[in-house]
Amino acid sequence: MSAAAIELIGVSRRYGTVIALDGIKLAVRQGEFVALVGGSGSGKTTLLKTINGLIRPDAGRITVAGEDVAGVAPHLLRRRIGYVFQETGLFPHLTVAENIAITPRLLGWDIERMARRVIELLSLVALPADVSGRTPSELSGGQRQRVGLARALAAEPTLMLMDEPFGALDPLTRDSLGIDYRTLHDRLGLTTIMVTHDIAEAVLLADRVVVLAAGRILADGTPAHLLATTSDPTVRALLEAPKRQAERLRERLGA
Amino acid sequence: MSPQLQAAFALLPEYLGWHVLLSVSALALGLAISLPLAVAASRSARLRWPVLALASLIQTIPSLALLALFYPLLLALSVLSVSLVGRGFSALGFLPSLLALTLYSILPILRNGVTGITGVDPAISEAADGVGMTAREKLFQVELPLAAPVIMAGIRTAAVWTIGAATLSTPVGQTSLGNYIFSGLQTENWVFVLFGCAASAILAMAADQLLGLIETGARMRRRRLVIVGLVGIVLGACAAMAPLVQFGKPSTYVVGAKNFSEQYILAELIADRLERTGAAVSRKEDLGSAVAYRALAAGEIDVYVDYSGTLWTGVLGRTDNPGRKAVLGQLSTGLKRRDGVLVLGSLGFENTYAFAMRADRATALGVASLTDLAREAPRLTLGTDIEFLSRPEWKAVDAAYGLKFRNKRSFQPTFMYRALSGGDADVISAFSSDGRIAADKLVILSDPKGAIPPYDAVILISPKRAGDKRFVDALRPLIGAIPVGAMQAANYSVDRDMDKATPAQAARTLEP
Repeated sequence: MSAAAIELIGVSRRYGTVIALDGIKLAVRQGEFVALVGGSGSGKTTLLKTINGLIRPDAGRITVAGEDVAGVAPHLLRRRIGYVFQETGLFPHLTVAENIAITPRLLGWDIERMARRVIELLSLVALPADVSGRTPSELSGGQRQRVGLARALAAEPTLMLMDEPFGALDPLTRDSLGIDYRTLHDRLGLTTIMVTHDIAEAVLLADRVVVLAAGRILADGTPAHLLATTSDPTVRALLEAPKRQAERLRERLGA
Repeated sequence: MSPQLQAAFALLPEYLGWHVLLSVSALALGLAISLPLAVAASRSARLRWPVLALASLIQTIPSLALLALFYPLLLALSVLSVSLVGRGFSALGFLPSLLALTLYSILPILRNGVTGITGVDPAISEAADGVGMTAREKLFQVELPLAAPVIMAGIRTAAVWTIGAATLSTPVGQTSLGNYIFSGLQTENWVFVLFGCAASAILAMAADQLLGLIETGARMRRRRLVIVGLVGIVLGACAAMAPLVQFGKPSTYVVGAKNFSEQYILAELIADRLERTGAAVSRKEDLGSAVAYRALAAGEIDVYVDYSGTLWTGVLGRTDNPGRKAVLGQLSTGLKRRDGVLVLGSLGFENTYAFAMRADRATALGVASLTDLAREAPRLTLGTDIEFLSRPEWKAVDAAYGLKFRNKRSFQPTFMYRALSGGDADVISAFSSDGRIAADKLVILSDPKGAIPPYDAVILISPKRAGDKRFVDALRPLIGAIPVGAMQAANYSVDRDMDKATPAQAARTLEP
């Protein structure tokens, strides 16, 4: 489990005069669940998108499973990597089943295998089988995000990239979906990188938290390790916030 | 049903068939050009502006002008192709109409295509990349399906425009529903005009509704609606074009006609004589005055009737007037040498500008010639057609006689005659073969100074047919066979308000 699933070396990217990534160095091991946290403009989404080639870095090298992504056709790379969007990005003109089976179809799977996979995935993300014929507009927000998750998992990737996957959901759905996904991550042996601005979510779900600011890594480690070792006041404030929140909640709810 | 309506319905299969074939071809070609262009323009902002600006520019050219411009262009290309590869193509009829209408259909499809594709939600577009689509897969599986309703709306607009503008292909020699409108306007057959307008409007609405079905189907993602719309369009188009299988067979001879009653009648007369030799004959009517001669010289049409004065000034560029006989003689040698066109001879009557007065008025004023008229002019009102006062004939007459009228008024031909009979005009610029001269018992004033050039109606034969003995022999009996009175009567039977005859019926009265 020690082989680097993803490795970024000196990755930089700028938009005009704005520096989005500034010499990022990061290695993610197989099976890790990494949360990328930071404020807006910290570069966390840009970092995520350089991994599956949605954004090309200006400098630096990125490898996925030991292979330099610059040498792989982007569409082939992306078919191997699950990708979950904040706004789900489901295709409105396709049914739930067609949305889920999109990457397998691009890979040329046969129809029977795709149909089996759709049924399997619907149960994996805890959706009733009868939603498969509906269009995304006929689903609730939580159901849509589960479909988005199923679509990302469809072609059996080992690597999952998630961009604020639960951001637009109500707290209850968000909590249950987060827990469900963490279970899937462990069960399927996935490597996951999740972008979130919610530090509590990061601490609750991830093995490892990477804090970004102005395109640089401020801190990197397990939540407890970070809290114990960091000298950076921003990181400290960031990590203490959920703790203080939890304490206040306990007081007020009288638990 | 009135006989005119009956006549209109009898022509419908041919006119509608051509109209639909032309519209469908232009739209298909327009789609084939504008969709890829829309995709390219939606990808590149730098390409978008010039492409859309050019398409808009084309749209600002009046459709009739666009159609007319393609004829000389294609003619030049055809000449070039003859010199390069030894084969030309027809610059008249279907091709110029198709090209002009295609250009016309581009803008709405292009603009809606660009709007539709660039309007796809960026999140959806990124999702397409994220699941591993290539640019091509993204275009066909995501962008085009999502843009389909907007693109269909553009196609609907293009279809309505194309079907409407296709009526304007008649003057460049392409049969369409416009034949009703153009010939109806000239013979003042309002039944034909209305019939043509209604037919093209109904066709446009039907196409719009069927395409609307596809648009709704695309918007609501109801595949069945899309299929119903598509099947409706394919069946409708096939049904409309089916009669062309019989009309479309290549004809041996093509008879041309300009756009007024006398020309329609004479074209029918000529066509009838050629058909009696057993040949298949087609007609190209409503040709513009300038287009007709060039079409003949280029072999697009085989025969038509023109007037010596028109050719004398228009083709040979002469301004002198050596007299009727000399004009005819020099015209024969001149056109032969210049274009290889055969002037077969005069039909026996002139259709010239003639100053006409009511008989009672002329007698009362003692006016019998233009010299007399010059004396009385300061007390009289001249009524003319719209273009006469700007023509060289008027300048020549004015220069020769010094006509200083109290007042000059321009009218549509029908109203010009009414103005004369009602006293709103004292003298008018009539056409000497117009049937209304005899019907209204008008007096033609003589032209003792010969200021107005002769306008003998002559049969012109294309270089291609000049040596065709069967062809020439079939037409030779018409030479000198039509006195002006007979032509006047035939014209009147078509032009009069009541009990109108068709040009073909009128032609039968002229048979030698």
